[in-house]
Amino acid sequence: MPELAGKIFKINGPVVELENIPPSLRMFDMVRVGDILLIGEVVKLNNEHAFVQVYEDTTSLKPGDPVYTEGVPLFVELGPGLLTNIYDGIQRPLEEIKEKEGFFISRGVSVPALNRSKKWHFHPLVKKDNEVKEGQIIGEVDETSTIKHKIMIPPGINGILKNIIHEGDYSIDEKIALIKTENSETGIFMYQKWPVRKRRPYKEKTPVEEPLITGQRVIDTLFPVAKGGCVAVPGPFGAGKTVVQHQLAKWSDAEIVIFIGCGERGNEMTDVLLSFPKLIDPHTGKPLLERTVLIANTSNMPVAAREASIYTGITIAEYYRDMGYDVALMADSTSRWAEALREMSGRLEEMPLEEGFPAYLPARLAEFYERAGKVKTLSDTLGSVSVIASISPPGGDFSEPVTTHTKRFIRCFWALDKDLAYSRHFPSISWIDSYSEYVDDLKEWWHKNIDSSWLAFRNIIIDLLGKEQRLLQVVKLVGSDVLPESEKLILEICNVFKNAFLQQSAFDETDAFSSAKKQFLMLKSIIYFYTKSESIVKKGVSVNEIRNLPVYQELMRMKSKYSENQLDQFDKLIEKIDADMKELGV
Amino acid sequence: MKEYNLKEYIGVNEIKGPLLIIRNIHNVGYNEMVEVVDEYGNSRIGMILESGKGYAVVQVLGGTTGLSLGNSKIRFIEKPLLMGVSEEMLGRVFNGLGQPIDNLPSPSYEEELDVNGLAINPTARVYPENNIETGISSIDIMNTLVRGQKLPIFSGSGLPHDMVASQITRQAKVKGESFCIIFAAMGVKYDTARFFIDSFEQSGVLERVAIFLSLADSPSIERILTPRMALTLAEHLAFKKNIHVLVIMTDMSNYCEALRELSSIRGEIPARKGYPGYLYSDLASLYERAGLIRGINGSITQIPILTMPNDDITHPIPDLTGYITEGQIVQDRELHSKGIYPPIAVLPSLSRLMKDNIGKNKSREDHPSVSSQLFASYARVKDVRALASIVGEEELSEIDRLYLKFGDAFEQKFLKQDYYERRTFEQGLDLGWKILSILPKEELIRVKEEELKKYYKNQAENIKDEVPIK
Repeated sequence: MPELAGKIFKINGPVVELENIPPSLRMFDMVRVGDILLIGEVVKLNNEHAFVQVYEDTTSLKPGDPVYTEGVPLFVELGPGLLTNIYDGIQRPLEEIKEKEGFFISRGVSVPALNRSKKWHFHPLVKKDNEVKEGQIIGEVDETSTIKHKIMIPPGINGILKNIIHEGDYSIDEKIALIKTENSETGIFMYQKWPVRKRRPYKEKTPVEEPLITGQRVIDTLFPVAKGGCVAVPGPFGAGKTVVQHQLAKWSDAEIVIFIGCGERGNEMTDVLLSFPKLIDPHTGKPLLERTVLIANTSNMPVAAREASIYTGITIAEYYRDMGYDVALMADSTSRWAEALREMSGRLEEMPLEEGFPAYLPARLAEFYERAGKVKTLSDTLGSVSVIASISPPGGDFSEPVTTHTKRFIRCFWALDKDLAYSRHFPSISWIDSYSEYVDDLKEWWHKNIDSSWLAFRNIIIDLLGKEQRLLQVVKLVGSDVLPESEKLILEICNVFKNAFLQQSAFDETDAFSSAKKQFLMLKSIIYFYTKSESIVKKGVSVNEIRNLPVYQELMRMKSKYSENQLDQFDKLIEKIDADMKELGV
Repeated sequence: MKEYNLKEYIGVNEIKGPLLIIRNIHNVGYNEMVEVVDEYGNSRIGMILESGKGYAVVQVLGGTTGLSLGNSKIRFIEKPLLMGVSEEMLGRVFNGLGQPIDNLPSPSYEEELDVNGLAINPTARVYPENNIETGISSIDIMNTLVRGQKLPIFSGSGLPHDMVASQITRQAKVKGESFCIIFAAMGVKYDTARFFIDSFEQSGVLERVAIFLSLADSPSIERILTPRMALTLAEHLAFKKNIHVLVIMTDMSNYCEALRELSSIRGEIPARKGYPGYLYSDLASLYERAGLIRGINGSITQIPILTMPNDDITHPIPDLTGYITEGQIVQDRELHSKGIYPPIAVLPSLSRLMKDNIGKNKSREDHPSVSSQLFASYARVKDVRALASIVGEEELSEIDRLYLKFGDAFEQKFLKQDYYERRTFEQGLDLGWKILSILPKEELIRVKEEELKKYYKNQAENIKDEVPIK
């Protein structure tokens, strides 16, 4: 039994106050509360009393009950077996809890995060007697059919590799290597422990230059995010935050996806859990679940664990980054995390600021977003963590504290629009309120890999959408009939762009994912149609006549008509535009 | 209630609204049950809100009228709040604390459950996959209800939310499988409760309904317990007895107000509009008790009803509810004043579970595109109407005038239906096509070409005669 950390003095919801604490008790030490050993964390030390936030329901705890300290901060276990798993906010495997406890999550369950009995096939990469450094990869394990799990020397350990086991099947509890450090010898296992509130070390941050291709046209073409970037996705309820998150978890070209359901619906996690094994990753051809770690702390699970779930997720993300992978972390939703922070702060009787949030809210947000980025790892490879965080602003009001503070720490903002959602235009990302500061960083990639006119085309369409906004003000007052044909054409093209390009069905097999190439070809076709139309409108052709061209319908349906292996159809589409316009006789 | 080994004290130190503070006691368990008896022997239930060394703060659920500092007896029951449940409770009426009030003997109980319930492990859930045909087109076609869903009705005072809820329960009977209804009334007037009871009786399901009434004149604090009682019984019936349970809870706004009252008495820091910061988590602890569990044939579907204060959908109660539930059915005052029943505003309404539960083999293959097209076209109607109110209908382009026609037909033919009219999916979709056919084919880009071929019939002419254009 671990050391005693005091006795309960008072219980108020998830916050428990302790008395008779030993002087050695530290902030953020992990503790076990009561006879049923609920997991908690020390969050405040004051006047010989300690305050503990408990990650489980505190019903029936009594003053005087013992509390034990683990002597270490709250940590996660990092090693093979993370992928395809589903954890709660403090990394307890939900599948195994179900085996043990049944359909409902009961309290005081203790199950190790990583399976101890499973054997992994270890393949050593370093020979005995070599010098090894922290972060160095000394072996590999095939964790799933797509992901090689690199076994690394934990940070802080350098020395001579005295021994390393032969290739073979081992469980994670078996010592695989022995390192002679300056003063002692340290055993290496296939897993390591890491405190969740501390970022994992790397050599340096490097500039972002490659887009995270999400397959969603409004994102990749208009508001792209870089691998290693941070995005906030705010929106009122029903605007489609979760669908955007799911689409990204499904189709983005990250190698590892960490999906955190933080204070959200249970059925949504079930949906991910049941659909991901069946969905095929378009990039690898393997089931999506093989690259995914799920963290589910649903809205009815204890509030303190919701606060921890974000840290659990980002620590796992950093661990895979250290292996050299591009990791995407989806957090749905950070508002629930901030609310958990607020609730705990209230129970600790701290001074509240705007809307009851504690003063350290921006600091915590900054800390979290700063853990994203592209880095040169300790083993000199490149890896990245991209963060896509949804925000649920109360009443859809973007001026509330969580949204405004988050905006300071991110460079890409996908504002979800209620009116678009009402007309079932999905993804309902507003082209007016959203922005991406990554466009300049990413244009080189597009120009090199897709086409050198990408930025120019993108700017044409952004410009048209801006003009449309101004024209719509006029139309609202006097109707569109009085506009000159050239301006009617702008409205028409924007209409085509919105319906044929921006709107994308998550449920249509062909439309759900568009490659960068297809996105560019679609954009190009619309721009080509626009420039051709513009020239014939000048010669007196009306916009109505253009609308009635058969190619107009073709354009409207190209997204679901041309699949990824029919991209040559776009050449024919261009020819058809030419032919149809000729028909008009100008 | 069962008898327990009790520790009893006489006298309390402080009474503040529904809260009692008792000092110089043994250490008691947090969140456990307490029985409080006044000098006349009337007993009430309470819960321990805060437990400290030698003292406890108790929240009394039955009201504190008649309690004195000197003569009140406190019994610590040393268990969380438990509730006896059994199938016998169907057909019975209980008060907000779960005690029978229909002058019949107490039902016998099969098991005792903690009213707070436990979170369902997400890995044990089954994703809801059977839609419920309610017979109301604005729900079935536009915002399909699914078994195991939590779909609230957002309404306003004076709107017919009770009628809509009772029409759903009457028309959505699950054929051939065992089902039941649990009705929880929180702070509503007797008339509202009577309306529901009558409508259950009328549709012949009363013996399959358990009713929990905490009416407007009961102590408001009691309402905090009422939905938990209802859901605890629902869990027993659904997951132990394999019954499909529909839980109707009205009015959630009263529940939230009781929570606010309690929070303010406890001196907690409020978040928005005086509601406590944990309102989201608290509502989630109710709403998340809907769903299905793998390997069990029962289910819990929830239809909570809430009146939006001032019809404001951004008010914390509808706002936080919308973030937890799987969609919402929003009622609209403008439609109501136009005489349209059910006055369901389809655009802000939503069913999150609809996408996976319609289409081929579920309703009909064209359902996804028809509903999407109706949404898109009706959204356009709103813009055209705004324009028409400024420039006049005559100045509108030809296509915009067609949209106006479409809009009126949609509201008068599609949304509007009789309280006793039951439309199947098939009928609703056909009606949708009939109305969409007012618009030229080229406008209908959300439907597939082959569906256009199959269902589109240019009916602009004949519908024009039927629908009076204002």
